[in-house]
Amino acid sequence: MSVLVRAWRGPLLLIVGLIVLWQALYWFAGDMAMRSPVQTVRLTADLLAGDMLRPHIVETMQAFATAVFFAISIGLATGLVFGFSRIASDIFEPMLVAIYSIPKLTLYPILLLTFGLGMSAKVAFGAIHGIVPIALFTINAIRNIRPILIKTGRVLNYSPLEMVRLVLIPAALPEIFTGIRIGFALTLIGTLLGEMFASQRGLGNVLMRAIGLHNVDLIMAITFILTAVAAVATGALLALDRRLHRRSSLTD
Amino acid sequence: MKYIWVLRLAVIAAAIGALEVMCRFGVIDTFTMPPPSKIAADLWRILVTGRYNTAIAKTLGNAAIALALSLGVGIVTALLIYRIKLARETLEPLFATYYAVPVLAFYPLLIILFGVGDVPKILIAFMLSVIAVIVNTLNGLDRVPRVLLKTARAVRMSPIETALSVTLPNAAPHVLTGVKFAVAYSLIGIIGSEFIMSSDGMGFEIAFSYNNFDNATMYPMIALILIISVTLNLLISKWEQIILVRRGLR
Repeated sequence: MSVLVRAWRGPLLLIVGLIVLWQALYWFAGDMAMRSPVQTVRLTADLLAGDMLRPHIVETMQAFATAVFFAISIGLATGLVFGFSRIASDIFEPMLVAIYSIPKLTLYPILLLTFGLGMSAKVAFGAIHGIVPIALFTINAIRNIRPILIKTGRVLNYSPLEMVRLVLIPAALPEIFTGIRIGFALTLIGTLLGEMFASQRGLGNVLMRAIGLHNVDLIMAITFILTAVAAVATGALLALDRRLHRRSSLTD
Repeated sequence: MKYIWVLRLAVIAAAIGALEVMCRFGVIDTFTMPPPSKIAADLWRILVTGRYNTAIAKTLGNAAIALALSLGVGIVTALLIYRIKLARETLEPLFATYYAVPVLAFYPLLIILFGVGDVPKILIAFMLSVIAVIVNTLNGLDRVPRVLLKTARAVRMSPIETALSVTLPNAAPHVLTGVKFAVAYSLIGIIGSEFIMSSDGMGFEIAFSYNNFDNATMYPMIALILIISVTLNLLISKWEQIILVRRGLR
């Protein structure tokens, strides 16, 4: 029981702290700028019960799912190809790091011109945010597999397929999963940014229009939804990530 | 190790060359993207005529302010959090999920609080970059050798002396990783908020020329941002390497 209490103490304290901070900020800033926590929860519940937001939520979820699919498959493929070749990873890894650091937001006009306004532009925008971290983590995961594991596999006369299934995947998985977790979060941001600038539908676009109309209710509710969903999803992935890492360190 | 650089340059040159050829032969039409050589020429013209110098100075200046703020606040916060166990336990979940939260969504709120101007933009950039500084500084502090801290205590250094001459120099490589992210994030924050709502800066100029189909301005400005961020990133990486080598860590 006490383990459970200890695991949840940090997050609970954090949530309480954030709510207190939010309420204090509300008292300071007033109705013109924002809504209190209680009001926001009520507004969000009303919005979710109504029909207004539903098509946009569906749209955003579709775009995000597609973007994550592309980010993971392209990222993994890139990472695997570069990871197994010393020279390719030496050449491309610094480039990937540099690409990782550029403000991809500036690229949205190019994507818009290439894909046109709509689904494909925001999927592409989401995916380019996620591909690079997944590729980088995969490269490092493969490069850091301890040689002794591969040697042992060879001694046991594993076929290439068995080698991949029994040695390489279990050894590299925790690190790759960390990459996927980070890629997941960045793809979510990318998709939303894509919707804000390069779309006529979806939650990002509703938020952008609410900003234009100065609709504080809507801004608060959508920001709240996005933040809550993002926090819960990454929290769950993080827990899974830690479990994978713990398991692999136990077998070491 | 030298020839790796040659190969890298060759790959980049090949990529730009391929783009150039595709643009010249109409695989990519000129409305979508002008050839790289034309972008370079346009960029040169823009820099020489100085037409966008105020916008460029504005964006880079704001990013620099946000960077300085996030470094100062971030490093001090990390030193404090490192001392207080409960604070760290509480904030750890925030750090872990922070970058999944679309911080730019808070921009309208900040505009209402502070008015349209530099303050909300700098705050957004600060909010984006400060967490990277804190997380990486904490990571560095975790790796300061225990024996050095014990020695500092043995020679009765004050906490501030210890921080300045033992803890921070030893955490430096990781702090630099934080700086690298902070540079990227402060640029993203400033340019992103300029896109959403602003009346000046490079982000605004890009959005404006996009709306006017002015590719001769848009592409050079985008290229300039990319060049600046990649150059800064490379410089800091180099510095990081030098420190790591000097410490015998690599």
